[in-house]
Amino acid sequence: MIEDDHSTSLLEIRGLTKAFGSARALKGVDLDVRAGEVHCVLGQNGAGKSTLIKTLSGAHQPDDGEIRWKGEAVTIAGPVAGLELGIATMYQELDVVDGLSVAENIFLGHELSRGGVLNRRSAAKRTRELMARLGHPGITPSTEVGTLSPASKQIVAMARALSHDIELMIMDEPSSVLDSEEVDNLFRVVAELTRQGIAVIYISHRLEEIERIGDRITVLKDGRSEASNLPVAQTPTRQLIALMTGTDIEHVFPPAVPLAADAPTVLQVEGLSLPGRFENVDFSVRAGEIVGLAGLVGSGRSELLETIFGHRRASAGAVRVKGRTLRAGAVDDAVAAGVGFTPEERKSQGLLLEEPIFKNATLSTFSRFAKGGLLDEAAERRATAEQIAALDLRPADPDRITRTLSGGNQQKIMLARWLIHGTTVLLLDEPTRGVDVGARMEIYRLIRELAAAGTALVIVSSEIEEVIGLADRVLVIADGRILADRPAASIDEHGVLDLVMKGSAA
Amino acid sequence: MSTGSPTPDSSERAATAAESPTPATERRSVASRLLSGPAGRSVGLIIALLILILVGAVTAGSDFTSLDNMLVILRLASVIGVVAIGVTFVITAGGIDLSVGSVLGLASVVASLGAIQTAASGFWPLMVFVSIAVGVVAGLTNGLIIAYGKVVAFMATLAMLVAARGLAELISQRQSQVVSNQGFLSFFRGELLGISWVVWIFALVSVAGWFLLNRTTFGRRTVAIGGNATAARLAGVNVRRHLTYLYMLSGATAGIAATMLLSRTTAGTSTHGQLYELDAIAAVVVGGTLLVGGRGTIGGTVLGVLLFATLTNVFTQNNLSTSVQLVAKGIIIVVAVLLQQRFANRDASAPTG
Repeated sequence: MIEDDHSTSLLEIRGLTKAFGSARALKGVDLDVRAGEVHCVLGQNGAGKSTLIKTLSGAHQPDDGEIRWKGEAVTIAGPVAGLELGIATMYQELDVVDGLSVAENIFLGHELSRGGVLNRRSAAKRTRELMARLGHPGITPSTEVGTLSPASKQIVAMARALSHDIELMIMDEPSSVLDSEEVDNLFRVVAELTRQGIAVIYISHRLEEIERIGDRITVLKDGRSEASNLPVAQTPTRQLIALMTGTDIEHVFPPAVPLAADAPTVLQVEGLSLPGRFENVDFSVRAGEIVGLAGLVGSGRSELLETIFGHRRASAGAVRVKGRTLRAGAVDDAVAAGVGFTPEERKSQGLLLEEPIFKNATLSTFSRFAKGGLLDEAAERRATAEQIAALDLRPADPDRITRTLSGGNQQKIMLARWLIHGTTVLLLDEPTRGVDVGARMEIYRLIRELAAAGTALVIVSSEIEEVIGLADRVLVIADGRILADRPAASIDEHGVLDLVMKGSAA
Repeated sequence: MSTGSPTPDSSERAATAAESPTPATERRSVASRLLSGPAGRSVGLIIALLILILVGAVTAGSDFTSLDNMLVILRLASVIGVVAIGVTFVITAGGIDLSVGSVLGLASVVASLGAIQTAASGFWPLMVFVSIAVGVVAGLTNGLIIAYGKVVAFMATLAMLVAARGLAELISQRQSQVVSNQGFLSFFRGELLGISWVVWIFALVSVAGWFLLNRTTFGRRTVAIGGNATAARLAGVNVRRHLTYLYMLSGATAGIAATMLLSRTTAGTSTHGQLYELDAIAAVVVGGTLLVGGRGTIGGTVLGVLLFATLTNVFTQNNLSTSVQLVAKGIIIVVAVLLQQRFANRDASAPTG
């Protein structure tokens, strides 16, 4: 903990506002950041986090309010101006160039050169120094960034920030692409940065992470700082949730509905194999049952889901839905059989971002609404409007362009698509990634309701807590093999991790 | 320590939450919204076309403004226009078809073969069917190679561009094949309401194309694949089959255009349709269809074709060389694409929260 008095602020923000036309994204944000602290900014999607970050990095100019850097009022005219002050931003979508080497990425835009000739040797040397400083000497200067994992790419992005002389690093949901082990690693790096006196603004909506690394918290809601500079240690989680959502949350997961004893098996996976990913996987799911797949990133869990759906073609084995065998590698056949799938990367794999909500919601059913090949957009809008009301999707306008919606609302569109379709089996890959706490609970509730109505669900999540909290049954998967198949009630987070670690070691 | 008062009223909270993801449209001026919307892009094109007509009227006077000359422009636009409608579909789906010019040449050669013309002596539409069939088969070949062989559309259709031209030369032995079928010729020379059938065909194909793209499941699939092929596939759209249909459609319109060109030149040769693919693509993109796919406009394509046809006519009326014309065309293409990108960027800069 940092002492409340005595220390002076590195960055002070007072009454910051920013409007885009008639919509006010920031309506008054106050925030202090001290050297060497981890200052968490918490808020639901649409609370103004992104706008705040973009204002601090110089991408947006504030309409009103004051930014003081080391006690002096400053204007941050652009990204370069931000870097010159000593503020670096690491965005959620990592802006590293896959085709270039680690060293080339780090010095992109400020290449080390002598008389126009690149100085590769000193670039390599400084890269090694930066990697050592970040505790990742394993990432070598000449490695092509495209071959690195998301976690390592993040380290490269951080090294690039450090290659400028920075005093404040802004991290926008850095843990959203990482699994739990990689998150531990990230936290070690953050601790190392703060030890060197660098301040970190850490954006996240995972409360447990904030408890682990945060020194102080500012909560944003509807563009305002609902509470500024709260010390983490003295602020209970429930208070944070209340500040963020305006409601007091008793139970994060809605109660499970007991499975009917005679519920029929609707999904059978038999001997399914995908070379190099998973081997000979067997399991089945009954109507109304929620099965969770737990495992590390790279365990084959996402690939398993994609193969069941036909997005990848299995080399062996079969998938049966209500006894009917699906054609391998044929998504249209799976959809016709009543199987739905929401991908992990919903922006790049799930949505037509430039199209209105209703065209996304009916993407798998528009031919059903059509008469003789002629679209019936009025009927599509009606069906979408029903789902919008049922899912509390905002804004409640079927014609709103999908790109302008928050992550949580975009995920609701994906769910609306399969609700309109009416699936017997629904496969959800990371259903709450990038989704804020409020929408998250609604999605949990919806998943439970679907199960109660007889849909068989298979859920993949990096958050083991989510898998255990939602599922009736948990399959633990490591290195492409199912290690355990247990009722969720008989296993806890610790037990799953234990199994995963043992499985990976074997 | 805590600043900013908590909002007690939950309905107020709901209202502000709903407004926070800003739609791009709300914060733009009326003028720029008009210019960047799908209809607005066409407004820009219409203005450009009117300016061009004004220039023509001022520089060439009644030679340009006469009804006859206007019909000449429309006839000039029709052949490329029909090709461009098919190409619009392919580009909207995120593909490209470089082979349409060559396929047009091949179709004109096959349809004007002596044997076909003899067979069509009692029933001239047979020549049209043959021409369209050649286009469809070429398109099917393109489609299968692209969709199932997973060859990049640019390369697959570039190969077809070369091969179809060669095949046309082999079949015709590089000779012009004169069209002697009188039924065929007299139909295409005919007029309805004083307007050539060739122009009516262009109008018909355009209206059919607009309907297909905007009102049918076929069109929805096309836009969805262009917008995000993976998303379309994961929603159950058979992307490969649909892509194949699209290249067949593009081949079919090239086949229709071939019969129109056959009637105008009264001969089938392997050199017909050279560089038409570039004219068609230019018209499509200038019209506002995104080259990366996901957004297509038939009306824009029609305006794009008319723009280039009028430009050619204005230059011809003023006895300017075709070289100057080409430079002007190039400038128009660049300006149009620059404008497109500006509006695309403006759309993308909306805050997301």
